[in-house]
Amino acid sequence: MESAQKYFKTIRDVPIEDYFAPGHRLCAGCGASLAMKLAMKAIRMPTVVVNATGCVEVSTSLFPYVSWRLPWVHVAFENTAAVASGIIEAFRILEKKERGKMHDVIAIAGDGGTFDIGLQALSGALERNHKMLYICYDNEAYMNTGIQRSGATPTGAATTTSPAGKVIPGKQERKKDLIGIVLAHRIPYAATASISHPLDFINKVRRALEIDGPTFIHVLTPCTLGWRYPPSQTIKIARLAVETRYFPIIEVENGKVRINIKVTKPRPLEEFLEAQGRFRHLFEPENKHILEILKQQVEENWNRLLKLEEIGLYA
Amino acid sequence: MSELKQVRKIALTGDEAVAYAAKQADVDVIAAYPITPQTIIVERLSKYVADGELNAAFIQAESEHSAISICLGAALAGARTFTSTASQGLALMHEVLHIASSMRAPIVMAIANRALNSPLNIHCDHSDIMNARDTGWVHLFANNVQQAYDLTIMAFKIAEDPELLLPVSVNLDGFILTHSVEPLEVLSDEDVQSYIPHIPYPYRIDFDRPLAYGVMALPDTYMEFRRQLYEVIIKAPKVFRKASESFSKISGRLYNLIAPYFLEDAEIIVLALGSTVETLRYVARKFRGRNVKIGVVGLTMYRPFPEKEIADTLANAKCVAVMDRAYSYGGVGGPLYTDILSTLYKNGIRTMIADFIYGLGGRDFKLTDAEELFSKLVKSVEVGRFDQDIYWWGVRE
Repeated sequence: MESAQKYFKTIRDVPIEDYFAPGHRLCAGCGASLAMKLAMKAIRMPTVVVNATGCVEVSTSLFPYVSWRLPWVHVAFENTAAVASGIIEAFRILEKKERGKMHDVIAIAGDGGTFDIGLQALSGALERNHKMLYICYDNEAYMNTGIQRSGATPTGAATTTSPAGKVIPGKQERKKDLIGIVLAHRIPYAATASISHPLDFINKVRRALEIDGPTFIHVLTPCTLGWRYPPSQTIKIARLAVETRYFPIIEVENGKVRINIKVTKPRPLEEFLEAQGRFRHLFEPENKHILEILKQQVEENWNRLLKLEEIGLYA
Repeated sequence: MSELKQVRKIALTGDEAVAYAAKQADVDVIAAYPITPQTIIVERLSKYVADGELNAAFIQAESEHSAISICLGAALAGARTFTSTASQGLALMHEVLHIASSMRAPIVMAIANRALNSPLNIHCDHSDIMNARDTGWVHLFANNVQQAYDLTIMAFKIAEDPELLLPVSVNLDGFILTHSVEPLEVLSDEDVQSYIPHIPYPYRIDFDRPLAYGVMALPDTYMEFRRQLYEVIIKAPKVFRKASESFSKISGRLYNLIAPYFLEDAEIIVLALGSTVETLRYVARKFRGRNVKIGVVGLTMYRPFPEKEIADTLANAKCVAVMDRAYSYGGVGGPLYTDILSTLYKNGIRTMIADFIYGLGGRDFKLTDAEELFSKLVKSVEVGRFDQDIYWWGVRE
């Protein structure tokens, strides 16, 4: 089962138009670029994209070229949700005063711009109930500045600021439960998605845009440089993240939790981890305990979601 | 000469006057965060919106950084935007101040000038605005509540002028102006709205005419972008004069970049920003009665700096005293002083000059202080020199 609302039943229903143009400077095999292309397939009316500083921003707006075939705004790293708040409220009041026409507003930020530096602006925007969609493309570290750990980096992963050292083997802390934080604001719609499941993702973007209120999508976007795998493996790794239950694909509408992709027979987590250089050290005997912690986290998270699916978020 | 209209006089605090001006400007989006001594401005505006007297989106952000970011987004979408802040709030906005000017967002912001932490202090000085001095905004200073009201209305005219499209700040001294009740002449809503009609922001976000805002520029193009900001901000004096002239037609009050007082034959000239200008004027009148040739210059526009006007004004001065309600730590003096020094040097004017750092953190600068200071200036002129270049006036040693 995938997303509940099917605006696009098959890939044939997806519009041919690309509002995210080719010719950008993102890496070959970049997961985020695919997420952008797919998300833009779902727009339904005049739309503006508000983009935080990060990989997508720097690689799609290098003057005098731009990869966006719709209005696109970048202000800074931490304030994307705030800028988007201002834009949507301006459109609302200008429509009322008959001095402008309504646009959908999509805010897009990476994990650093969402989990960390942009969290306050995001929380403020969600609490103020602006009608906007916020998409976090999560490549699990500050990739634009050269692979530094973020609040989204998973336990054990090696980054340039959480290296796999002799004493400290990679990041020691747990990945933030971002969707949990977002849902604590009791917004009408939030979902996770993976670029390995494009129809699910596109349908969720459209679903979110249809809702009159703040909506949020957390999409996992593997990074060939940061996760250290060959560019040809991006989709495969994204799929493994889902099939190992490492990244569950869920949807929460008005508190009703739905696991969209029921992974009944999960593949061993090792299959996902082994494919990436950032986890290589976890297979050394002395780091086995970290591998176990990671497995525990994955299992615990999945079981919690199963329970939430049964009882609902606000039970 | 337009027909004289009936003057409506009401008593308001500085904060209330600014809020009233923003309401009459029919602002579309207001985003702010509470901070003393500005808070009353947004309290009043939220009440206007709640009572249906103002059709605007009032957004209380979760920080000043977000408040100014909301304004920036709203301005790009084509809304008339207003915010106000002070002190730490302005410091927190700092990053976005630079972005807003470079993105040519005509935001209007009132700043209730207040000291910076540490130690924590909620009272008046100009440390907050001086920290934001070089952000590419047009900075205006009010000397009294009437000016706070007038300049707020004029700020929209200046900011939204198609020739300029820059954010404008209106500075009013925390507590001294924000919380003092003064009788002021207010304009009719019709006059304000005909003075600043809503004109569409030429580069507004529009799906039918997609633009990219805030792009990335490498060393091969970045400098040209910044040069554009330089080229536009130097047009601000001209735009100000234009806005001022048409404002005088509806108000009878004409503003210039600088406000000279007793300057014709002045040998001693004192320069200041904000409410202190009024104190200095009052005392200057007294000294004139004693045949002391002293004059006062208030700067209505501080950025861009009215260099030519200041140079013309100081060309024949024997003695110049600069009043700085902020300091540039580790610098050559207070911020206004260094601006004046540069102006004198660039224009080949050699005169005795000193910097007076005063009133930090709300320390009163009373009439008696001004008298004492003027006596000091008179004595210094007699001996032909200042005994120091920088005085911390009124500090307890």
